[in-house]
Amino acid sequence: MKLRLAHLYPRLMNIYGDRGNIISLRRRCEARGIGFEVHDLEPEDAFDASNYNMVFIGGAQDREQQLVADDLIHVKGDAIKSAVEDGMTVLAVCGGYQLMGHYYREAGGRELPGLGVLDIWTAHPGPEARRFIGNVVIEWQESTLVGFENHGGRTYVGKGAQPLGKVVSGFGNNGKDGGEGAIYRNVFGTYLHGSLLPKNPEFADHLIVLALSPENPDVRLEPLDDMVETLAHHEAKSLARKKSLLGIIR
Amino acid sequence: MRRELATIAAKAAGQVSRNLGIGGGTALPGLIAEGIDPGIVTDMSSCLGQGSVLVTGTNGKTTTARLIRRVVNKVGLVAIGNREGSNMMRGIAASLAEAAGWQGTIPDAERSMGVFEVDEATLPKVAQVIGPRVVLFTNLFRDQLDRYGEVETVARLWQDAVAAWDNRSTIVLNADDPSVASLQGTASGKLLTFGIDDASLTVGEVEHASDARWCRTCGAELAYSTVFYGHLGHWSCSKCQNRRRAPDVSCSRLVLDRDDMQMTVTTPSGQFEVSLSLTGVYNSYNALAATATAIALGIAPDVTMEGLSGFTAAFGRQERMLIADREVEVILAKNPAGLNQVLNTLVRAGEPMDVIFLLNDDIADGRDISWIWDVDFEMLQGRLRSLSVSGHRSWDMALRLKYAGLSDSPGVNSDTKTALRHALAGTAPGGRLYVIPTYTAMLEARNVLGKWAGKGAFWEGDGG
Repeated sequence: MKLRLAHLYPRLMNIYGDRGNIISLRRRCEARGIGFEVHDLEPEDAFDASNYNMVFIGGAQDREQQLVADDLIHVKGDAIKSAVEDGMTVLAVCGGYQLMGHYYREAGGRELPGLGVLDIWTAHPGPEARRFIGNVVIEWQESTLVGFENHGGRTYVGKGAQPLGKVVSGFGNNGKDGGEGAIYRNVFGTYLHGSLLPKNPEFADHLIVLALSPENPDVRLEPLDDMVETLAHHEAKSLARKKSLLGIIR
Repeated sequence: MRRELATIAAKAAGQVSRNLGIGGGTALPGLIAEGIDPGIVTDMSSCLGQGSVLVTGTNGKTTTARLIRRVVNKVGLVAIGNREGSNMMRGIAASLAEAAGWQGTIPDAERSMGVFEVDEATLPKVAQVIGPRVVLFTNLFRDQLDRYGEVETVARLWQDAVAAWDNRSTIVLNADDPSVASLQGTASGKLLTFGIDDASLTVGEVEHASDARWCRTCGAELAYSTVFYGHLGHWSCSKCQNRRRAPDVSCSRLVLDRDDMQMTVTTPSGQFEVSLSLTGVYNSYNALAATATAIALGIAPDVTMEGLSGFTAAFGRQERMLIADREVEVILAKNPAGLNQVLNTLVRAGEPMDVIFLLNDDIADGRDISWIWDVDFEMLQGRLRSLSVSGHRSWDMALRLKYAGLSDSPGVNSDTKTALRHALAGTAPGGRLYVIPTYTAMLEARNVLGKWAGKGAFWEGDGG
């Protein structure tokens, strides 16, 4: 059994802590005797879905995001789209999340097309608009996800996708409708970094199971000692609540 | 009259807040001074007979500004500076008010020079108000993305600011940092550059936490023959002619020891040997930056070297104190490039270490702590005697260290005082404890450690 991860554009899209997600997946696989390999895919590298059972794409600054968008659509796009329809597990964070949508409209009005595998679109309301920055807690399944968001764009989810979770504290997709992230089939998009997976071990395991199950239908992950992970999760949760309370008082 | 009132009010506020022990007494007096007299920075800085130097960049501002002040004092001038961390306009206003007498004028103004560290994003405004003689750019790394937005934003701010300046300001640039060196094309005034030539200190490849991978002229990927720290090194564009130019002030030989370093510094007026009681590649950049700035100010290099050699570390930058037979060294680290440099420097010393990391997420630290996942803590494997963590985000730090393969359960105590007490007790007598905090955690740790310094083994009594 092996998790074969395609890491899209690690050299262009590696803002603040994306590496933590890869480190977490590797640790949690290897601790259970599951093999783990990472394929770094840069611009012009072909996407051969038969080589991977999971895809990760992180965040980037605007400058890098433009370089990536072109390659994503024209070089890898068709292969990724059909892999998604076949059930490929994808985690897309922040800038990568925006790129999975139909488009990103910049503060200046220019529209940057995205891959369109998620029925979402993102618009930056203008240079004077407030950036959404801070700790986030969302409800996810029976549990919570914690992380940090830092984005100027507001994302809206269409009928072809569902929000990943409901905002408990923080801004989420657009600061209005209470949704955070988006899901379509096994594609998970979110603004949460922090890094996301290390302190949300349940979510990390959920993704690992999804990625492995097409080839290993009976996959069961044995539990790990997640004391440190769980305490980091709770620490982040209580800080996020404390800060949002302070915000209300102000 | 307005000036006098502003100065008096600011000085009084500073005194009160220092007596009450709230902060270093700089933000409030600065705000008051600017509130009463909005022109205070412009007017008072223009009275400084020797003009002003501004020091900006992600890492090294405080140490470099202190080095420059020392050199300036060495030639018999009076250096006026802002306190570390108070590097916005109000911090500069406060320092000018503090330097002034009660009547609102600076004594000995003719021989006085302002040497201010300035926040990266505030630089354009401060430069506009002050009209500096010299502006030094140290480096540009990802830092506090929650506050500055993106690294690119700061790079563009600088470009626009430098383009708008007249040719009266000399600009001092780090030739080894492509983001900083590219300001060369924009500047209309005099220019001086510094960098490291000694290629024996290469770390091999560009670190994970690097930012400037792309040519600012054509967008192609940069190639490196030598990397010293983050994305600082000998770079050239893979497509166009953009490349590192030979610096005016360079280090042709650097020998790093545990607590000090020896440098051979080449300047336009000759070669000099200098020994500093600081260590690490990042500190050799600070020394080179200070030397280049001194040259820009017309100070002779031999006087500069004399100033550098007597410098002692302070305020959490390799600051050492003795506590109950243990040496404690506090080393501030607030972003991935900076912390990687600190770890590299510790690992170079080669001995098994006792280390405590303190991670806070206050506004001054940067609220987003995901940067710790960009730090190569893995290099500490097999090098530690004891390891503990504290701070508001201690469990995040513990998790990072666990995943770096350092300890499945490092000692965690979110109370800094208790954590430091345990860490000291766990350090052998005669040994050294490295305390590595973020900014606000550093203030807290220094406060606690300062009270213990020179006392006995307080943890064996009723607790410190």
